[in-house]
Amino acid sequence: MSGAPAASPSPTRILGPRGYAICLGGIVWRELLRFVQQKERFLSALVRPLVWLFIFAAGFRSVLGVSIMPPYETYVLYEVYVTPGLAVMIQLFNGMQSSLSMVYDREVGSMRVLLTSPFPRWWLLFSKLIAGVAVSLAQVYVFLAIARLWGVDIPPLGYLTALPAFILTGLMLGAIGLVISSLVRQLENFASVMNFVIFPMFFASSALYPLWRVRDASEALYLVCLANPFTHAVEFVRFALYGAFDPLSGAVVLGTTIVFFALAVIAYDPGRGVMGRRGGPKGEAP
Amino acid sequence: MTDTPDMPALAVEQVSHSFGRRLALDHVSLTVPQGRFVALLGPNGAGKTTLFSLVTRLYATRAGAVRIFGHDVARSPSAALSELGVVFQSRTLDLDLSVRQNLAYHAALHGLAGRAVRARIDELLTLVGLQERGADKVRTLSGGQSRRVEIARALLHRPRLLLLDEATVGLDLASRRTIVALVRMLVRETGLAVLWATHIFDEIEPDDAVSVLHRGRIVASGDAKALAADAPSLEAAFRALTEDAAGEAA
Repeated sequence: MSGAPAASPSPTRILGPRGYAICLGGIVWRELLRFVQQKERFLSALVRPLVWLFIFAAGFRSVLGVSIMPPYETYVLYEVYVTPGLAVMIQLFNGMQSSLSMVYDREVGSMRVLLTSPFPRWWLLFSKLIAGVAVSLAQVYVFLAIARLWGVDIPPLGYLTALPAFILTGLMLGAIGLVISSLVRQLENFASVMNFVIFPMFFASSALYPLWRVRDASEALYLVCLANPFTHAVEFVRFALYGAFDPLSGAVVLGTTIVFFALAVIAYDPGRGVMGRRGGPKGEAP
Repeated sequence: MTDTPDMPALAVEQVSHSFGRRLALDHVSLTVPQGRFVALLGPNGAGKTTLFSLVTRLYATRAGAVRIFGHDVARSPSAALSELGVVFQSRTLDLDLSVRQNLAYHAALHGLAGRAVRARIDELLTLVGLQERGADKVRTLSGGQSRRVEIARALLHRPRLLLLDEATVGLDLASRRTIVALVRMLVRETGLAVLWATHIFDEIEPDDAVSVLHRGRIVASGDAKALAADAPSLEAAFRALTEDAAGEAA
């Protein structure tokens, strides 16, 4: 037998900026590898918005006219209106899916492996978020490419100006997912996340219909939509796709990201949050 | 902090932990000296996994202290975790990634990458006898082989303390023997300190230091042969110490 595993290391040496970058890179790389392995996940992530675009939007084109409103300078077809919302919907599902995989990781134990890393926990969670965003960007841009073939013309530069917006909205939805993952005890409970988080967030937003139309129908619902961070994520992206910047939605998205990320760090803190209370091993915890 | 040879690799001092009202660990103390194999013997549900969770900082230590080579896990977690390798009870490899990819991911979690890491992975795969399987997906490995990959993974960042939680559970006899022999070889030849949690008596040798954990308390500790001195065997001694638990489980 060969090898001398126990040579004395210098623990602090490896935790410099390069170490942080390697740790982040490793977590993102693993997530992308897993994503590439799961072709069904990629397909279903694409099929969902495409069904909306091809069928729902086509059907509603005549029912729902969208008047000229910023950032659009002309009258737009309904397909064009819903595309930003559907792109952010991909990120919404992706954020919840990463959160689901956190619960799964907790159950099978790979979360334990992650958390034995000597890097601070906030950095590990942040790396997880970035990894989720990387996966969602791949999905979003493939979707936008297909939408373009379908006739949803976005100014070419818009794909570039929307990138920072997609990164931020991905972070926001991922951070919300992280907090949810800390609240969900078992994988089986995840169906309720669909019912109580994904659907209300998606429907009570400006993704499918402009808010002025919602206001016509109900002032209360309008206020709910306005308070929904998903609405602002959609608007932030919508403006960015046309090279414009909407300060209000940008601020809401940034603020929500910071608040939920802070909550996630607290939830995954060994002293305070979910791990100590809910992570007890079988037979040893109630 | 400077190391001295008599500084323990692991010192668990008066640690208590509860989940809600249930006390899972009650003033537990144990020491793993540098370069020694220490067995933590206890029936299922005794609190072994809870103790491992505290040592690995999955939960914060609320009462008592855990020190790894003198580094308090609560106060200087980075330094403490850098010295520590862990093999958890549950299988924690990514099944759809290759053996090498799994190991490279773990190296990155410790801030390690590059040619040196690839060489280290080769070295460890040879050590655990899986040099031919590096490119294979973990899904294609047997239970015993996966365990050996997990041991290689735990050693990647050159820790001086290795924790194994029921590492042989669910393995056939031959695989169990291979794992035990591998870990004992590491202790003998590389000076690694090991805390080996188990409920299987025949993995323990007469000269091993043993702590018996039962219902969250250390009910006996010392050399295996001393513990078994008044009983026909270590098994009998252990059964006597944890009798009510055995009765409860039946």
